[in-house]
Amino acid sequence: MNTDRITEKLSILADAAKYDVSCSSSGSKRKNLNKGLGTTGNGICHAYTEDGRCVSLLKILLTNVCIFDCAYCVSRKSNDIKRAAFTVQEVVDLTINFYRRNYIEGLFISSGIFTNADYTMERLVLIAKKLRTEHKFNGYIHIKTIPGASEEIIKEAGLYADRLSINVEMPTEKSLALLAPDKKRIDMIEPMKIVKQAIIENREEKKLFKNTPIFAPAGQSTQMVIGATPETDLEILYLANGFYKKMNMRRVYYSGYVPISNDNRLPAIGTPVPMVRENRLYQADWLMRFYGFEVHEIVDKNNPLLDMDIDPKLSWALRNLQVFPIDVNIADYKLILRVPGIGVQNAKKIVAARKYTAIGFAHLKKMGISINRARYFIKAGNEYEIKDWQPSEIKHSILSEGASKYKPNFSSQIPLF
Amino acid sequence: MQLVLYDGTWIGFFSAIFEIYEYKIADPLISGREVEIGSIFSNSHKVHTDETKTRRVINKLRQKLSPVGFSQLYKTFLSEEKEIENVMFRFIRYALSSKNSIENNYADPDVLMLQQVSRKVHREKHRMEAFVRFQLTKDQLYYAVIQPDYNVLPLIMKHFKDRYADQRWLIYDVIRKYGIYYDLHKVSEVSIDFNFDCNDESSFAGIYNEEENLYQVLWKQYFKSVNIEARKNTRLHIQHMPKRYWKYLVEKK
Repeated sequence: MNTDRITEKLSILADAAKYDVSCSSSGSKRKNLNKGLGTTGNGICHAYTEDGRCVSLLKILLTNVCIFDCAYCVSRKSNDIKRAAFTVQEVVDLTINFYRRNYIEGLFISSGIFTNADYTMERLVLIAKKLRTEHKFNGYIHIKTIPGASEEIIKEAGLYADRLSINVEMPTEKSLALLAPDKKRIDMIEPMKIVKQAIIENREEKKLFKNTPIFAPAGQSTQMVIGATPETDLEILYLANGFYKKMNMRRVYYSGYVPISNDNRLPAIGTPVPMVRENRLYQADWLMRFYGFEVHEIVDKNNPLLDMDIDPKLSWALRNLQVFPIDVNIADYKLILRVPGIGVQNAKKIVAARKYTAIGFAHLKKMGISINRARYFIKAGNEYEIKDWQPSEIKHSILSEGASKYKPNFSSQIPLF
Repeated sequence: MQLVLYDGTWIGFFSAIFEIYEYKIADPLISGREVEIGSIFSNSHKVHTDETKTRRVINKLRQKLSPVGFSQLYKTFLSEEKEIENVMFRFIRYALSSKNSIENNYADPDVLMLQQVSRKVHREKHRMEAFVRFQLTKDQLYYAVIQPDYNVLPLIMKHFKDRYADQRWLIYDVIRKYGIYYDLHKVSEVSIDFNFDCNDESSFAGIYNEEENLYQVLWKQYFKSVNIEARKNTRLHIQHMPKRYWKYLVEKK
């Protein structure tokens, strides 16, 4: 292997793949039963980049040659950049050798589209097949579905991959048409439906026949670029909610647009990445998935944008002060989860501990609950806030306690058009 | 207060618990370290490690604790924190004296402490599963050096054995001066007295497989390429990868 050439290829093809934010390697329980190589479990972040993101998988493109011209993408065909391509064997060797050194949990393989969708997708599936069959590889494999790929090849992919994903890219069809004229939303929704159906059928079959090979055990995910187009958080979160409810998506990723082009359809180079907004969207996403919130409680017609200065849970609490204070000694677990400053772990701890003894503020503090935040919303025995606080006062008081880590790059949602 | 001295092992610790009950030591101070016994502890008790006694305590505890609770106790032991045995003893005494399970009573300071310390150890275990970096030697051994905050080798053994079932590997803890070695069949504890400095690359020259350097170069390149400069966030980076681990991480060295 020519060291310089392979290093150059890796730098080009990793660089082009990094805007796909998914790094998850959990949700699949592949055991190493054949005395081969690898296991999957809860997912491990083996490193963190200097921007603080988890490095769990070897995330690369097979090639950055692409026949499409999506304005937001660095690999678009009109972009004057260096192009490169790995061979199938090179990807296999890199994966195995990185894995054996405990650098990674597995492979996330995607590609620019060359020749046509099926031809491209077949190469990706071949990599996964080689890893699984020739190398007895039981590590994690995430395959990106190429928009427009046929049902047959998608179904084959699911036999080797732990996760399949296809990016919806833009929150609305209008934006997609504007920025990615070669792509149609239906080419993304169709594969999602195929995967969803195949997973359901596979799980049913597995109940009857234990040795049925498992199809995409870690399910499917998708991603949308945010901040490149004028959609509100309302539109984004409703779309995400639809994916969770109707497509059984495991994850929806929100990728704050990193300006990479002088195209006048997009924010100019130098515009800050909307990192705060991205963070708020993830918080809202967590509220829907783990905290029992319905999407309409987080955003609605009157509040289509998430607050940038406070998190969506606090924001909801301030709009719904009539629900509080909640008595931590008697309230239902689901209600305790809704208290700002109390997370899933702590809510469980409270519910477990109160069986033994009445819980007071001192107990909560010791458990690690942020009392400064929670105290406006809870009651513990005869301990509670006596003053009748107004929402704006609570917000002010909480904000004055700590400087937000994001303060320097606050970029609120300024309407672009 | 009476000093109870045991041999510092997990097995020995339970013999100590047994003897505290056996000799009705009312106010014990358990220590696994050889300490200079001052005049305050003229009446120190030396524990005789005995598998039968240990087995009896463990069996009793298994009835009182859930598997999770028992594993929390083990993790807490591996923290090696000063005087942690006394927290563990009070926790055990509370568990044995109570009819119902006590392990979720986080309002009790010892239960909470045990939960918190075991979680710290668990986090370190998880970190080591992430931060081990194997280097391939000429005789096909995947070799890694770590310097964990707690004694986590016993906890990570299974993970590495399951995952790397088809390669020989060795993980060495430089602080506690022992390692775990997998020979394609089983994992065993090994103590090697390295007479060279693990950080000194030159002392390793010549022992690595010829491809080792290539993959280290590629990994460093990959690590650099996936970073998005426009999103730089050093604070978050360091929070996730504390500097004390850097010297054994290929990509940060």
